Amino acid sequence: MAATQGILLKNGRIIDPANGIDMAADVLIENGKIVSVTEPGKLSGNANAQQIDVAGCWVVPGLIDMHVHLREPGEEYKETILSGTRAASAGGFTAVACMPNTDPVNDCSVVTRMILEKSHGAYARVYPVGTISKSGKGEALAEIGDMKSAGIVAISDDGRPVSDSQLMRRALEYSGNFDLPVICHSEDMYLSRTGVMNEGALSTKLGLKGIPSAAEEIMVYRDIKLAEYTGRPVHIAHASTRESINLIRSAKEKGSPVTAETAPHYFSLTEKAVEGYNTNAKMNPPLRTEEDVASIKEALADGTLDVIATDHAPHSTLEKEVEFDVAANGIIGLETAVPLTLNLVREGVFDEAKMVELLSVNPAKILKVDGGSISEGSIADITVINPEKEFQYTIDKVVSKSKNSPFLGRQLKGMAVLTIVGGDITFSSL
Amino acid sequence: MKTEYKFDHKHILGIAQLSYDDIEYILHTAESFKEISSRSIKKVPTLRGKTIINLFFEPSTRTRLSFEIAAKRMSADTFNISASTSSAVKGETLVDTAKNLQAMNPDVIIIRHSSSGAPTLLTDHIYTSIINAGDGTHEHPSQGLLDLMTVKEKKGKIEGLKVSIIGDIGHSRVAHSNIIGFSKMGAHVSVSGPATFMPVGIDKLGAKVCDSMQEAISDADVVMPLRIQKERQKDPLIPSFREYASHFGITENMFELAKPDAMVMHPGPINRGVELTPEIADGARSVILDQVANGVAVRMALLYLVIGNS
Ligand SMILES: [Zn+2]
Repeated sequence: MAATQGILLKNGRIIDPANGIDMAADVLIENGKIVSVTEPGKLSGNANAQQIDVAGCWVVPGLIDMHVHLREPGEEYKETILSGTRAASAGGFTAVACMPNTDPVNDCSVVTRMILEKSHGAYARVYPVGTISKSGKGEALAEIGDMKSAGIVAISDDGRPVSDSQLMRRALEYSGNFDLPVICHSEDMYLSRTGVMNEGALSTKLGLKGIPSAAEEIMVYRDIKLAEYTGRPVHIAHASTRESINLIRSAKEKGSPVTAETAPHYFSLTEKAVEGYNTNAKMNPPLRTEEDVASIKEALADGTLDVIATDHAPHSTLEKEVEFDVAANGIIGLETAVPLTLNLVREGVFDEAKMVELLSVNPAKILKVDGGSISEGSIADITVINPEKEFQYTIDKVVSKSKNSPFLGRQLKGMAVLTIVGGDITFSSL
Repeated sequence: MKTEYKFDHKHILGIAQLSYDDIEYILHTAESFKEISSRSIKKVPTLRGKTIINLFFEPSTRTRLSFEIAAKRMSADTFNISASTSSAVKGETLVDTAKNLQAMNPDVIIIRHSSSGAPTLLTDHIYTSIINAGDGTHEHPSQGLLDLMTVKEKKGKIEGLKVSIIGDIGHSRVAHSNIIGFSKMGAHVSVSGPATFMPVGIDKLGAKVCDSMQEAISDADVVMPLRIQKERQKDPLIPSFREYASHFGITENMFELAKPDAMVMHPGPINRGVELTPEIADGARSVILDQVANGVAVRMALLYLVIGNS
């Protein structure tokens, strides 16, 4: 990423809901900052600026994925900070928050610093998330203050949720000293136990152990109650069921400090994708039913859900070309989030501005990081989306090191064509 | 049977994939093979030169032996591999094992595995015909077919009969195959047992779920208690086997509720005194050993039919 002379994005449609803007405009970027946003053709400015015609495209604040597994340190054969951010950039993301369940886990400032060091020269900003508990074991608090000093933006025991409600309460209280949001992977591990897919007629038919939706909802309820009790915000990760949505909605109606996200697969697929024992449809929480999908779409539209995050979870064939019950949970998602979310815009579930809120404005707000707007003077993290460009998502096109996507082979419509991080172009297919 | 009917399955993964006509045809074929086993020279040359591999990842005596006898009575060469899933964890994956076997060019691989869907995984990666000899809690199609054959043989029909399956429905691949198979052939299937044994949505597979054992067994033509899988009792599903026997076991009193000519079946091996009293297991209305005999015939039919299609 060499320093540029400046970039002039011409003739695009600027969609910047944070500033209430949706109009045709040119954007001038210099020294990593947005210098001006002006009517098309009116900007003369820097004659050296690289002029890029983005007619027909949307120019939006850089997309931020607040739930990503980069696998480094420890499982570099699945993904690295470099390969993962390259996939992010190709998918239109200018920043990612990386979950701490690496090996070693990110439970201390040494690991946080190592991640941030490796992120220099990466294709997107990397915001480390630290663990709630030491070693992610759910027993004692991790050194949250030290990790904050080293650069974490949130804490979470994603993938290995905190069962001990007292510990969760203490984490909420203590994180308040450091102004860190707590991201909850809400799951009652006693109830989900050895389940591998959504529980219902289909799990019975396939002979696969089920995970009842109550396993998620019980803990969503607990985490909301603890947020209300402590007055500290929780962010519910990957909400997947209708009743989780209802719980979040009623908490928000009361003014409780709760935000929430879902992932594109929870509004794009149902449990039916598991048929044929497709391990690329195995994730946690599991894919649910049509009814749940409908609720999630509604919740994205009405603001119950604040964020779309991918839960990008790379796994190699070692973990996926195996018996369903022993296959690893999770799918890659960075490169398919934009077209899958655009499907909802095309379906009329929400509009373009809402899409930008879900993928950029709100994650920036929740994590309290830069970005989320195209204001003059703000950092030049910008994503240019061509909503009409179609492509077939085939294995050779996957940028991520792992290829575990249930969307392989699908014809997708709409994609990022240019990604700019701090004024540097990190991805372009123009 | 329609004249244009053709059996066109290369694999037998479950009864769910078989149509009514397929099942009729398999039973018909099995009936014609049954006689071979009663000859003094129990061998026909039908599958001479064919290679059949028994790939068993779970211990099994009777199913494996039944497949082996079926293959040998048709002159096929059989090979048994007893693998354990724990050794697979150490090194070779299931897909690798299957690819290695395929390289030796067998005609059929018969697989038993503790993971539901393991046979399906093989069909995604190799072209050899696969017969599922039981996968996890999914299906055990040859057992389901031999049960259908036995009922048809003894009752002269399947349609309209009341079949009661009792016990650990959730962990039983036999129950799953039977619920699908008997429903498909027009029988009315009732299931009962501890509610902790009833999987969510089992009614969608065609079974009527009865809270009361009496309701499930009343006027039944066929009563099939399932084996309580002692090794699978990690979840707190029942308080004790003693309590199970007294509330859900098939005793003389319980069996009286069924039709006077009702028969009792069991997929074996039996926990005598738990799900079934010895008196009933050995009684005049037990067809348990007929099931075993028909198992060989059904497996001969399956081998013959899939090899014909591969
Ligand atoms: Zn999670």
